[in-house]
Amino acid sequence: MSPVLTIEQLSVRLPAGADRTYAVENVSVDVAPGEVVCLVGESGSGKSVTAQAVMGLLPRGQLQPTDGLIKLKGEDLLRAPARRLRALRGTAMAMVYQEPMTALNPVLPCGYQIDEVLRTHTGLGTDDRAERVRDMLDQVGLAEPERMAESYPHELSGGQRQRIMIAMALVLEPALLIADEPTTALDVTTQVQILALLRELQAAHGTGVLFITHDFGVVAEIADRVVVMRAGRVVEAGTVRDILDRPQHAYTQALIRAVPSLIPRPARAGSGRTVLEVASLAKSYRQGGWLDRRRVVDAVKDASFEIAAGEVLGLVGESGSGKSTTARCIARLEDPSAGRIRLRGAEIGSLSRRALRPHRRHVQIVFQDPYRSLNPRRRVAASLIEGPMNFGVSRAVALERARELLAFVGVDPVSIERYPHQFSGGQRQRICIARALIMEPALLIADEPVSALDVSVQAQVLELLDQVRTRLDLAVLFITHDLRVAAQICDRVLVMRRGEVVESGPTAAVFAAPEDSYTRTLVAAAPGRNWDFAHA
Amino acid sequence: MKAEATQAPFAEATALRLVPALLADPSVRIGGGILVVIALLGLFAPLLTPVDPSYLDPTTRNELPGAASTVDLADGKTADVTHWFGTDQLGRDLFARVLYGARISLLVGLAVTLIVVATGLFIGLVAGYFRALDGLIMRMMDGLMAIPSILLALALVALWGAGLWTVIIAVAIPEVPRVVRLVRSIVLSVRGEPYVEAAVAMGTPTPLIMTRHILPSTIAPLIVQGTYVCASAILVEAILSFLGVGIPTDIPTWGNIMAEGRLLFRVYPHAILFPGVFLAVTILAVNMMGDGMRDALDPKLQRRL
Amino acid sequence: MLGFLARRVAATVPVLLFVAVFVFLLLRLTPGDPAAIVAGDNASTEQIEEIRAQLGLDEPLLEQFGLWSAKVLRGDFGESFFFKQPVASLIGQRIEPTLSLALVTLFITVVVAVPLGTLAAYYHRSWLDRLVMGFSVAGFSVPVFVLGYLLIYVFAVELRWFPVQGFASIREGLWPFLERMVLPASALSVIYVALIARITRASVLEVLGEDHVRTARGKGLPERTVVINHALRNAAVPIVTVIGVGLALLIGGVVVTESVFNIPGLGRLTVDAVLARDYPTIQAVILLFSFAYVLINLMIDLTYLVLDPRIRY
Repeated sequence: MSPVLTIEQLSVRLPAGADRTYAVENVSVDVAPGEVVCLVGESGSGKSVTAQAVMGLLPRGQLQPTDGLIKLKGEDLLRAPARRLRALRGTAMAMVYQEPMTALNPVLPCGYQIDEVLRTHTGLGTDDRAERVRDMLDQVGLAEPERMAESYPHELSGGQRQRIMIAMALVLEPALLIADEPTTALDVTTQVQILALLRELQAAHGTGVLFITHDFGVVAEIADRVVVMRAGRVVEAGTVRDILDRPQHAYTQALIRAVPSLIPRPARAGSGRTVLEVASLAKSYRQGGWLDRRRVVDAVKDASFEIAAGEVLGLVGESGSGKSTTARCIARLEDPSAGRIRLRGAEIGSLSRRALRPHRRHVQIVFQDPYRSLNPRRRVAASLIEGPMNFGVSRAVALERARELLAFVGVDPVSIERYPHQFSGGQRQRICIARALIMEPALLIADEPVSALDVSVQAQVLELLDQVRTRLDLAVLFITHDLRVAAQICDRVLVMRRGEVVESGPTAAVFAAPEDSYTRTLVAAAPGRNWDFAHA
Repeated sequence: MKAEATQAPFAEATALRLVPALLADPSVRIGGGILVVIALLGLFAPLLTPVDPSYLDPTTRNELPGAASTVDLADGKTADVTHWFGTDQLGRDLFARVLYGARISLLVGLAVTLIVVATGLFIGLVAGYFRALDGLIMRMMDGLMAIPSILLALALVALWGAGLWTVIIAVAIPEVPRVVRLVRSIVLSVRGEPYVEAAVAMGTPTPLIMTRHILPSTIAPLIVQGTYVCASAILVEAILSFLGVGIPTDIPTWGNIMAEGRLLFRVYPHAILFPGVFLAVTILAVNMMGDGMRDALDPKLQRRL
Repeated sequence: MLGFLARRVAATVPVLLFVAVFVFLLLRLTPGDPAAIVAGDNASTEQIEEIRAQLGLDEPLLEQFGLWSAKVLRGDFGESFFFKQPVASLIGQRIEPTLSLALVTLFITVVVAVPLGTLAAYYHRSWLDRLVMGFSVAGFSVPVFVLGYLLIYVFAVELRWFPVQGFASIREGLWPFLERMVLPASALSVIYVALIARITRASVLEVLGEDHVRTARGKGLPERTVVINHALRNAAVPIVTVIGVGLALLIGGVVVTESVFNIPGLGRLTVDAVLARDYPTIQAVILLFSFAYVLINLMIDLTYLVLDPRIRY
């Protein structure tokens, strides 16, 4: 069968002054009808640029295809006039994006946005178009299509929005669908549904799919063939079985090795000394102003747990589950509404800000976004010694400790005089860990510390956190939405949903035999789990 | 999947380190250059013309630009001069008056800017950090902003009587709320940044958090907003003087010169055109500096300022 | 939706109250004897005493405010010392020219600025963009009275296309009205056009960079639809907001423009009152302009309900 999409030796030039000459260099990819080809790579690998080049949507004047061929059903896209490209978009090729909230126009009804495709490309009358929109909404599994058509994007959930996007892309049955990280912004339980939907529709319509992702779990779920990219070049290509089970290239092998396994490591016993006890912790917010009916939102309800020194407790849950709020209450960045927080035997949940100060040093927190966690205007040295100096340590001593800790977390101590922007994301996260450790805390809170990092960097930072725990006998509260990460670092996990703890126990036990129905759904939704267990 | 580009290129900058980056921008260089020239003209006016700006000569009224006459100097001597900009209806030399007028415009611009930025910064920090005071302060600022600034200045000057400092204060008051709002919004957004939360968790006292982590973020936007305040102050002073309620008429200011030129404007437009051009060019220069600095410091500020 | 409405309306109450208290206190907090200030420099002792009684200055402050606001609410702003007639009727006579000038200016502004800003954003970094931006900086810098005189000199004195000054009501015919309105409205609109074109450009530019515009292009929509239905539609809220906020500039400009073009409107009244220290009139016009400004902005906020479906709780 002749391919729907042929990319041959494509090169896209970066503007002068970038860190490399080409965003994409000599890239070749084929997509056959009814086939899902995954383009996998870390950030900066050029996978999204490749997709945009196919759609003809590269930013004007900044990225220019300089060489190669892109053919859609035999038609040369790079040499097609703008008018022809426009006619092909939406009809022969369509795209689904990462973040459905921003990819949909916020001020137009969803139905209108789908209808626009029909109005632009077909001569159908109003009633026929409405019929098609309804039918398409039905196909993507949205109940009450009429109501959905009239609703605005902000009124829908993330999963519903992505279904709208898919409906919009497929309404004219294009031969090629490009999906650019379509499930990355979604919760896992939603992700699994969207992947299933894409698979089903794609099979039903015989659509060729170019699927871009950084997640090997997702690759295992959806791909027929895989193309691995790195720094703008294709590293390796093959069937999904070949790439996942028998990667040839060293980079692919390293990448796959870095993917945390879903099979939990055995729990380690901590030193037994209890560092933190949380009892009936609750946090509620009031929404709306003084004229509204006051709506109270319970972000956390009745959470109780404890952590011992040398132990990693995972708080696992999807967005809005209250896991971050719990952590922020313990760090007293927010004031809990009710409940007790005992840190090293002292009650800190109800202390005033002033009385809290001496206790601050015992709880330190590492945040998700390494780019915003360090003051961009201050040298690393200043950020590191700030804490100890608050507690009366002299500058010289603090600097000495800062250098030691930088070495410990794997950052060259010589670079202590640099500014944060001179470091990569992974290095910054290491610096943030050093900044937390310099306070010699008893409890380290890590709030999604590896979620913003590429998988290879993620593995290194996880490794570092594990060393920290062992060497310093720290209690660690580890917050994550990613079950793979949780499996590799947590001794025990607490599963949260809508502010409530639904299940807790040793990680291995919870993952192997979840008792709560939500936990079961969550574990079942982890992408690529069959692939893991095939390896076990 | 976060791009490193989220860091503004000047993120690490402190006030002093901003200077070379600012000077690299062509608008800043052109605007700044024009301002320097005008400031020098005002400063060295006595060297550029021997004529006293308030020297009257009934025999040389309404001379056209380029006319020559003999004038008495302050030291009792006389001199032959060319009236480059002509003379006004009282026979005063417009070139001298326009040069001396630059002093007032720039002084008002500078003084108002300093007062407004200092006051606005202080109130804005208080409103942004102390939530208890926020509501009250911001309602007051909303109220102050509800009175169109020229009207407010007019009313204040009408009550307090004309005078240099009255005008400066009257022009400054309506400008304060905008700076307060700007500072407050920056404080609120920076307060939520993880690095500030990390400082809280490290036990850094509140005053140190303010000066170390929050205040530096306000510098760049304040410099930009400051130039806009300056331009607006020069404009409003000129308007007040032009309407006859600003700086007392015996002091030559561009607004005063134009007010005096109004009656005979149809016949002798030069009495309005010369000070008008100087005024427009000065404001243009300040605005160009503001725009240039905004673009150089942070293109994302475009919508907020 | 009702909640938003109620909150917005409620939020303007303290603002209006602040303005009222401020205007009321202006006189009372001025150093010196308020009665003497109001009476002017040449007033006799009896005249000052009469004014003191008239303003109720001997009463406690709160009582004075109560009396004053009760009168103001009834539309009674007292009697002008200078014009020797009730301030309310004075304002009534002067409102038409000002309203005409403001509306014509607003019309010119929107018709010129929005398309200009949109085109500049679409052709970002082109010569057109640079031209619009250059005009915007220049337009923001030329004071309205300088521009006014320039226009008068060129178009009225030299070319004699339009009358030099004055105002004609629209009831006297469209041409006499427009003939006298073209120059002042053009002078006044320049700074406003500069402001609106700039915000339109910035907002449209920002929206054009958003993901949903890429989606719209990805659907194969024609560029015209992308720019108007998607980009401009999303940029509407900031544009409309600045049109409202910019009314403060317009009001300030009206005061100056009416003086330059000798238009007998509220702006001229304001200046005359300030020059004559006609206190009741000053109070009334400030109150009037400020209330109008606040209420128009309130109405503009209410249009958000139509422009942006996200605002609704």
